Amino acid sequence: MLKVVNLTKRFGGLVAVNGVDFSVEEGEVVGLLGPNGSGKSTVMNLISGALPPTLGEIDFDGQRIDRRPPHRIAKLGLSRTFQLVRLTPSLKIRDNVILPLAFGVFPVFGREAEKRADAALEQVGLAGRGDRLVHDLNYIDQKRLELARAIVTNPKMLLLDEWMAGLNPTELRAAMELIAGLRDSGMTILLVEHIMEAVRALCPRCIVMSAGTKIADGSTDTVLADPHVIEAYLGKAHV
Amino acid sequence: MSKQFGILAFVVLTAAMAALPFGIGEYGHGVLVGMMSYIVLASAWALFSGPTRYVSLATVAFFGIGAYTVAVLADHLPFGAILVVAGVIGLGVALLVGMATLRLAGVYFVIFSFGLAELVRQLITWFETSVTHTLGRYIFVEITTVQIYWLLLGLAVITLALRWWIEQSRLGLAVHAIGDDETVARHAGVNVTGVKLALFAVSSVLITLAGAIQAPRWTYVEPSIVFNPTISFITLVMALLGGPGRMWGPVAGAVPLYFLFEWIATRFPDQNAVILGLVFVAIVFLVPGGLLSLIDKWRARGSGEQSHA
Amino acid sequence: MFLSTLVIGLVLGGTYALIALGLTIQYGIARIMNLAYGEITIAGAFFVLMLVSAMGLSPILGLILVVPLGFAISWLVYGVVLHPLVKRATHGGQLEIDSILVTFGLMFLAQGLFTMFFGSEFKGYNWLQVPVNLLGAKIAAGRMLGLVIAVLIGGGLWIAMQRTRWGVNLRAVANHPEFAPLVGIDRDRAARMAFGLGGGIAAAGGAVLSMYQPFTAIDGGFLTMKALVIVIMGGVGNLGGALMAGLLIGVVEAFVSYAIDPGLTLAATYAIFLGVLLWRPKGLFA
Repeated sequence: MLKVVNLTKRFGGLVAVNGVDFSVEEGEVVGLLGPNGSGKSTVMNLISGALPPTLGEIDFDGQRIDRRPPHRIAKLGLSRTFQLVRLTPSLKIRDNVILPLAFGVFPVFGREAEKRADAALEQVGLAGRGDRLVHDLNYIDQKRLELARAIVTNPKMLLLDEWMAGLNPTELRAAMELIAGLRDSGMTILLVEHIMEAVRALCPRCIVMSAGTKIADGSTDTVLADPHVIEAYLGKAHV
Repeated sequence: MSKQFGILAFVVLTAAMAALPFGIGEYGHGVLVGMMSYIVLASAWALFSGPTRYVSLATVAFFGIGAYTVAVLADHLPFGAILVVAGVIGLGVALLVGMATLRLAGVYFVIFSFGLAELVRQLITWFETSVTHTLGRYIFVEITTVQIYWLLLGLAVITLALRWWIEQSRLGLAVHAIGDDETVARHAGVNVTGVKLALFAVSSVLITLAGAIQAPRWTYVEPSIVFNPTISFITLVMALLGGPGRMWGPVAGAVPLYFLFEWIATRFPDQNAVILGLVFVAIVFLVPGGLLSLIDKWRARGSGEQSHA
Repeated sequence: MFLSTLVIGLVLGGTYALIALGLTIQYGIARIMNLAYGEITIAGAFFVLMLVSAMGLSPILGLILVVPLGFAISWLVYGVVLHPLVKRATHGGQLEIDSILVTFGLMFLAQGLFTMFFGSEFKGYNWLQVPVNLLGAKIAAGRMLGLVIAVLIGGGLWIAMQRTRWGVNLRAVANHPEFAPLVGIDRDRAARMAFGLGGGIAAAGGAVLSMYQPFTAIDGGFLTMKALVIVIMGGVGNLGGALMAGLLIGVVEAFVSYAIDPGLTLAATYAIFLGVLLWRPKGLFA
């Protein structure tokens, strides 16, 4: 589904992502881990087209997508959420969700779009709130709305950038069930996450980054027991 | 308000506006032309700048291109054909400027649009003095002031109808999303630069036509007359004061301010610039959010009280 | 002719660079687009003109007197007019529109006042018109001196920004406004200071300009446009970039003026700007 080869991003002298290779198969749920500043979010931004890579190649669903603008990548069936929730507050809640439908490969607008948007809102637990404003939602509900916007087009692949950060234990359980539901429906998911409980429950496989390079890739249990990974997270003294 | 009622009200209002010139004299006709011109300019400005929040100071560049096209072609083509040519030239300039600046952050666009009128004025002046040797031209077109007013009214109707259509269509979603967060719009599949370019082009063509339609009113035209930067800023103030985010906002700002600025210009012809400058400063300090936003605030407060009761 | 046109262009460019230096400090630190900036320059030029023609004083003395005046006026404009807007703005977009409108209002007000007091014709005075021979090109001494002064002020400022703690603070705010409070820099005070400083430089630029070139009451708007283009081309807050861009614009203007038409100087500036936007949108020296 997704194949990343020698992905590199430099900001001036700083190398944020350095020669990263990995691939994600169809239907897989993969966790992308690493300490703060290790380049995970930059990788997400490179895949979604928010940033152009300095070097390297990204293939998605058989097509080369590095150098493509984000709106064309989105049309191929790749959706994402953002590290800090990003919504369009001048639109009603339902219209936030209709937006990607109206600009999909096969644009859907009007009654049909409203029906699908309401279904997506119901799926994330926001049933009946389509006519309200974004400002009426609390933080967790804004995160839900962002997910509804990402999944309404029924994308082939979903990128979640710390979507579960900042939730309390009850909310976290609900959020994990939601993601599990998406996984069971066959959606391919790549998620950046710091909450290990969620990673262990949702991702059979993990990729770990440190200082811009990939340091581990494999089954979650193996990877999390890897001394290199522990060293990257906790520093050398703990090994 | 239902959709049918809205359309009916719009038709009745248009008919009433079309009937306005009957029973008033030539001076009144001139006033109506001026007012309708600013209704078009402010509404067309807001068509692009309202939702995208790009501050355009290029209004008079396109207005002047329209007027000057008429001045050059008046003796050679029928008026209708000149309007088409003017529109095409306006479109070409808008696309060129838009492609160079709309990919970038708003400040580049502001600075470029600020200088565009002067750039075009200098180019035309140079061309006229060194190539055609005719700086300043007389315009003789068989058209009455009332006919000009009706043409402008038609243009205003087109501008408002376009705005209404955009708000109804999926393009409306895209422009609001762009105004809020371009990154979100891009990741939702919106070709952000394309949408901005299209809106800027449409808005610019409408402004060009407004300048072209009015050109016969001047009889004598010179680049420094039709590229007067004050027009850009008056348009901006009108649209902002009325509220550029709403369809009727620019109209609500244009009508009262047109009469205010006319009054200042006739009452204080020598201190016009000083007073206009003070009015600008005063407006920013007195009405920060726009007239219609104030009305919305009152409405919100009213309904809030009702729900508490 | 090539050489003398080049020198005329460098003199003009040096003055533009000086004027743009003030604007890049104002915009870089206060993040307010000041459309009335060129009016301070013209005010400085008129002030020196009055000293020279009415009181018979030297333009150099005028230059020295005009800097604190430009500083004080800009400091006041920021404190009285712009600071309330900064405080009430809920987001950057609102401040941008407010400051564009307000500073345009001030520009109009100032141009109206200048026209009322001084009329709308070209003004100027004759000073050091004796030609100096420079590499075979004959240049008026006043013009040469103008360049020397522009270079001295600009260079002094450059050193102050690089070497003094005060300059380092200002640059820190310009590069990373969000970090400034973390290291104990009061952004509001820095912005006020930047506005005053920029105004002082603008007025100095006006004094230098008046030494070799006639001007009108409404020239400020064009100066603002050119300075804005130079600031963007050089990279916001980048003093060296502003200097290079200013010289470039001045030289191009001189050649366009000589070879094609003096009425095309702003058009030339914007043509270069268009090219830079298409080719190197982050600034020439980024």
